[in-house]
Amino acid sequence: MSSTSNSSRRCIGRAAAQVALASLAAWLLAACDPSALSREEIEVAKSLTLSALPPVPPDPTNRVADEPRAAAFGATLFFDPALSINGEVSCGTCHKIDRQFQDDLPRGHAIGITPRRTMPLAGVAYNSWQFWDGRRDSLWAQAITPLEDIREHGGNRLFHVRLIAERYRERYESLFGPLPDLAGLPDHAGPLGTLAEKAAWRAIPPDRQEAINTAFANIGKAMAAFERTLLPAETRFDRHVTALASGKEPAGDAAFSELESEGLKLFIGSAGCTNCHNGPLLTDGQFHNTGVPADPANPEDRGRAGAVRQVISDPFNCLGPYSDGSEADCDELEFMVPAGEALERAFKTPSLRGVADRAPFMHAGQILTLEDAVDHYNRAPDAPSGQSEIQPLDLTDRGRAALVAFLKTLGP
Amino acid sequence: MKHSPGRYAVLAAIVALVVAGWLVMAGRHTPPEGADLSRSKASANGIYEVTIEPEAEPVEQGPLHTWLARVKLPDGTPVVNAQIGVDGGMPAHGHGLPTAPKASHVGDGVYRIEGMRFNMGGLWELRLSLNGPTGEDEVVFNIQL
Ligand code: HEC
Ligand code: HEC
Ligand SMILES: [Cu+2]
Repeated sequence: MSSTSNSSRRCIGRAAAQVALASLAAWLLAACDPSALSREEIEVAKSLTLSALPPVPPDPTNRVADEPRAAAFGATLFFDPALSINGEVSCGTCHKIDRQFQDDLPRGHAIGITPRRTMPLAGVAYNSWQFWDGRRDSLWAQAITPLEDIREHGGNRLFHVRLIAERYRERYESLFGPLPDLAGLPDHAGPLGTLAEKAAWRAIPPDRQEAINTAFANIGKAMAAFERTLLPAETRFDRHVTALASGKEPAGDAAFSELESEGLKLFIGSAGCTNCHNGPLLTDGQFHNTGVPADPANPEDRGRAGAVRQVISDPFNCLGPYSDGSEADCDELEFMVPAGEALERAFKTPSLRGVADRAPFMHAGQILTLEDAVDHYNRAPDAPSGQSEIQPLDLTDRGRAALVAFLKTLGP
Repeated sequence: MKHSPGRYAVLAAIVALVVAGWLVMAGRHTPPEGADLSRSKASANGIYEVTIEPEAEPVEQGPLHTWLARVKLPDGTPVVNAQIGVDGGMPAHGHGLPTAPKASHVGDGVYRIEGMRFNMGGLWELRLSLNGPTGEDEVVFNIQL
């Protein structure tokens, strides 16, 4: 055996041992540091980051969904208070542009007070169902709902279409073609309004009603095109996990404290939060009863159980005559759970992106702080009705603080 | 100072053990002990043989997707006119399916189960109730996500 081969073998052996020792040291470090993430945990965490967010899904029920001119028109309508019976309420009244498109109130305020909390709008285009209870199945069918709600915009179908004809005829017609002829029709009429408005609506011949409905749906389609551009922004959490996943040490504000990392581990691990708050928007988009206390102002709110019939009978749903798609585009509606105990007081899982900056929490702001929200999950109280899906967690004080610290990383 | 190659070998062996241990730990998401993940089963009373497979692999968490179920009699004859009811959920979480999937015969004893969704990770149950010419029976599959 030559001396060179002997020494090179020794060298390889030593290098191998060094690599091995280094990985042993790294492993020991990881094993001792309760906040370090395993490779598997990093994978799970990565599935929650914006890098896992697919492009906005197409909406075949809205032919102008991705038309920039429609989005621009929709933005104008979204912020125009003329689209209300008192000239003071726009979508932006409750969905405030500088407040994540929500209003920091337990329930929305306009002409009246809504039964539930105003929802933030980042990423709404990814929803299969709109509202806390999913009583609408598209963004455009959602958008026309507050226009006719007496607590919100307080208008009626004919009023809104008339308004578009007066203020926006050209922009409307360049997108959707001619507005219906409204000559000889009253100022106010609609199937959901006051008794007088309903009577006026019934007096309109069906073909003219249909033309008004089509124009009304188109108002929603323009607003939906705008809302499709509202996307979630990158958070500290995204930066942290992106660094970890590419094998880098998170630097600057991407670095997590030990408490934040422990919170992340709990969130994706033993606390079971990702059972529902999963995917890059931190929601599964489905309905769950989590035993949130009833809101004294609206104690009979049955959530999803009260919404199924509404979405089925909504003339503006996916299967209705105002959809631009075909029956094949309506899988969500077709395969919807139509009834059952599981729908009782079930509400849509909200995205947790930006959550720390928009108290109060839950569908009617029943929980005021993140500490109380985590405490709710820890205790898992019985639901006011129906069956809560969550189980008590037995978290330590440190664990509760860690989850709160983690939730705060889901913001800029 | 001269190190004997034997010492490196011992060290390497220790490291190999540690790494193996770590790999085992990292693989902890494997299904709970005893969960039968087989996709081909006889129904509870042995009336039918059922094989399921997703239309596309891998099965993703979140989106609606389709499964195919092949139904045969024990002698291998395809069952072409069964009524199939679809149910399921997550026994460990005490909830059912988030959708109401529907099964329809597409030919040759193959049924498409459309409208399936798994909205979270973990062990799911898919229960098919079968009502065909030779009787009613049920088969339960476990699906790990
Ligand atoms: C009075 C305040 C108010 C006004 C005005 C208002 N909203 Fe809302 N918005 C809410 C509330 C409250 C909810 C939740 C209601 C529910 O679930 O029952 C909501 C829910 C939504 C959702 C569902 C989001 C999701 O994730 O499911 C969308 C989209 C939305 N609003 C868009 C609009 C548009 C477009 C307009 C204008 C046409 C508008 N809103 C006007 C208060 C308001
Ligand atoms: C079974 C599904 C499920 C699980 C598990 C779950 N959540 Fe939720 N989460 C929901 C639903 C549904 C809501 C809305 C409930 C309501 O308003 O009635 C919600 C609301 C919240 C909110 C308030 C958000 C807002 O905008 O109002 C926070 C914060 C939250 N969850 C954190 C967590 C944490 C932390 C965990 C783990 C300890 C967790 N969730 C586990 C389904 C779940
Ligand atoms: Cu589950």
